[in-house]
Amino acid sequence: MSVTQTDFTRAVFDPGQAVPPGLTNPDGAAATKRFDVYRNNVAVSLTEALETAFPLLRKLVGSDNFRRLAGAYLRAHPPTSPLMMHYGQEMPQFLENFGPLRRLGYLPDVARLELALRGSYHAADATPLAPETLQDMPADRLMAARLRLAPAVRLVRSRWPIHGIWRFNMTDDAPKPESRGENVLITRPDFDPAPHLLPPGGGTFVAAVLQGESFGAAYEAAVAQVAEFDLPGLLSLLLGGGAIAGLDEGDQE
Amino acid sequence: MLDARTPRFDRLPDAPGVGYKLQHFAAIQADARPVEWLEIHAENYMGDGGRPLAQLRHLAERFPISVHGVGLSIGGEGRLDPDHLARLSHLVGWLHPASFSEHLAWSTHDSHFLNDLLPLPYTQATLARVCSHIDEVQDALGRRMLLENPSTYLAFVESEMSEVEFLGEIARRTGCGLLLDVNNVFVSATNQQTDPYSYIDAFPHAHVGEIHLGGHDEDADETGAPLLIDSHGREVVDPVWALYAHTIAVGGRKPTLIEWDTDVPDWPVLAAEAERAAAVLEPAG
Repeated sequence: MSVTQTDFTRAVFDPGQAVPPGLTNPDGAAATKRFDVYRNNVAVSLTEALETAFPLLRKLVGSDNFRRLAGAYLRAHPPTSPLMMHYGQEMPQFLENFGPLRRLGYLPDVARLELALRGSYHAADATPLAPETLQDMPADRLMAARLRLAPAVRLVRSRWPIHGIWRFNMTDDAPKPESRGENVLITRPDFDPAPHLLPPGGGTFVAAVLQGESFGAAYEAAVAQVAEFDLPGLLSLLLGGGAIAGLDEGDQE
Repeated sequence: MLDARTPRFDRLPDAPGVGYKLQHFAAIQADARPVEWLEIHAENYMGDGGRPLAQLRHLAERFPISVHGVGLSIGGEGRLDPDHLARLSHLVGWLHPASFSEHLAWSTHDSHFLNDLLPLPYTQATLARVCSHIDEVQDALGRRMLLENPSTYLAFVESEMSEVEFLGEIARRTGCGLLLDVNNVFVSATNQQTDPYSYIDAFPHAHVGEIHLGGHDEDADETGAPLLIDSHGREVVDPVWALYAHTIAVGGRKPTLIEWDTDVPDWPVLAAEAERAAAVLEPAG
């Protein structure tokens, strides 16, 4: 009587399935509770991986609800890689369609923010550009150049106050989130990703830079959206967080 | 891309090591005694950069490192995941660890990763498949690996040989070494109602390159029979220390790892466990 790994896997993920025949207790009887050890190990270890990935989501919905969410998620989206640091990538879309939590419309973007923080944590290191390089450059050359952001930089744009929600729940003495959309820039000055609220127009500027637009084009896009766009403030945020890894000059076509 | 290191340590010392956790970095820098080497889970160091890799580069200058894979699924029915084997080659290639080990278990099936070490029957067919996977790993990494005995909770009716026979034959056919997890021996023997001392006495100790010790949880099955669960979440229990002392007496001194992966304690608790292993490895007088 041969137990295939297909049968084993199905039964592990679905507690409603019978234990595959051919697996036994020491007395020769069919294993039941002993098989449940594997079911439990798989469910618990994947739930813990999701708890590690989404601490804010867990805080917002409560640990019991999060366990139920994780149980549903891990059956719908079992990992496809042994790298648990990447597990949970489909959580934002899953939340959009997860009935019990669908009325909390901001949760998918909270999950996006947490995935971005995790991605930033494991991203490649980069040597930050010295601030003088930018400051010393003639304006026309700067406008034609392209900023190369560090691999750990992430941008998360939301119609919900995700930075306010993050700060209110994950830091001490923070004010309540305001009712507005927020764009978050994640920098990683050393090893700890830090989310920053971008000023008006900042999301547009950073998005354009990430898409490979020139400094000038990114600036124009931001000003077109927000006339009083604060470029010096944004640059000091980027430079202070070590977010700029280089400046590319040359052919822009 | 990380620069390849010059290997500083080509083997693990016959002394205590611990499973490395990021939160112990400062304590280890201050005073690691009696710990002389560190083991990492390969999969946690497969990111592109950041703190884990920075700490690892630093620690590898001072300590022999054992890379312990938990995701290669050597006991899987399907072929090894070529992407994962490439990631492992990359890690082993730049780090030049003192040792690389994996498990006699499977964790991936049909591209689904189950994040647990699942059991396989011990038959001629599974023996041939595991050996061919180990040949592939040793070819890809260009080095000998160690294979670890699992904790098991149930038995396969189809098994044709004992676990010790199975592991001994793998070592003979592939030239790989073995990682003898003494807690796993105790857990499996209790669960299978066999004698752990007979297992140790029959084990091919000449192939053993490393020993693991860890904590387990106690439960019972539906008939009331003891059911031990390998949890790595507490101290090693006294009967496992006794079995370990017997193992060293029979097989000689070996690099010995304390594993503690869940509810990880502060460094002094882990160092105290390593101290107990050191006492067995180097008896007074």
